[in-house]
Amino acid sequence: MRRPTSERARVVRDGVGLGAAVGLYGVAFGATATAAGLSVWQASVLSLLMFTGASQFALVGVLAAGGGPFAAVGSALLLGTRNTIYGVRLSELLSYRGWWRIAAAHWVIDETTAVTVRENGTQLARLAFVSSGSTLFLFWNLTTVAGAVGAQSFGPVLQAALDSVVPAAFLALLWPRLVRGADLLREQRIVAVAGAGIALALTPVLAPGLQIIVAGLAVLLAIRATPAKGASADPHGSAEGPA
Amino acid sequence: MSPSTVWLVVVGASVGTYLLKLVGLSVPPQVLQRPLVRRAVELIPAALLAALVAVNVATTEGGLVMDFRLAALAAAAIALALRAPFIVVLVVAGGVGALGYAVAG
Repeated sequence: MRRPTSERARVVRDGVGLGAAVGLYGVAFGATATAAGLSVWQASVLSLLMFTGASQFALVGVLAAGGGPFAAVGSALLLGTRNTIYGVRLSELLSYRGWWRIAAAHWVIDETTAVTVRENGTQLARLAFVSSGSTLFLFWNLTTVAGAVGAQSFGPVLQAALDSVVPAAFLALLWPRLVRGADLLREQRIVAVAGAGIALALTPVLAPGLQIIVAGLAVLLAIRATPAKGASADPHGSAEGPA
Repeated sequence: MSPSTVWLVVVGASVGTYLLKLVGLSVPPQVLQRPLVRRAVELIPAALLAALVAVNVATTEGGLVMDFRLAALAAAAIALALRAPFIVVLVVAGGVGALGYAVAG
């Protein structure tokens, strides 16, 4: 049985709207990547193959700061573990098998997860996932190229704007984890303050990029050392938010 | 870093992040329900994202600096507190950053 047309139209409209909104972010990524020394090709291939904004920004950020290959790859992978959790949330809902699952995995990111988990039933969930995933993929890659090419003519004022957009984008990704309603709210806040503090304190002494990885690992050790109290059984608390 | 090393980083990190996505869609959900694993995966992004905010806003070439980026971040925080959409947050940050740079250098 097919769902009413209006409901399907709403799901597609949400997905397409989200994809269009991420366009500016793609421009910022393309511009940041070339400013970090990547070629237009390298920036574009990164958006095609990695297709997860926070990891991409982290990777080029480490390269821009003069970091080594392991710090660059490591920070991208650590941030990419988010998508593993999203996949677990989505797998039953989407119930893709075989090659479909292998293809769908590429689109498992913050935004597609946020719109897909809102839907009831596999049919609408798949529609939400595919409409948001395809639109985002198209826009993200087109705007990456536009930003990468455009950045070559950036003056200092536009470069300053870009330098300001990147931390703001990370803050926007972090924000839903720190506001009321987030899963493990108290811990999230402590961990965020500690992560920022550790990274800043280590910046003068560590190679670029490593301070970010150490901040992540320090939290891991702290979690191991403290008993789980108040941990929610619901894994869906804090995953809204872009890229 | 040579262009070929950058290519290796680009492709290697892309393969790795794809596998992280695929693992999530493929493993039985019970694996990631273990409390320690769940807490780690739930909390590590907050540490990393906060570290990335701090490093991108307040450091330049291994030194701590305060400049126009801090004003832009404050503006972004206000926009987020007012529940502005993502795209508005970025425009506000970019605008304030450009203005701050033009005024203060």
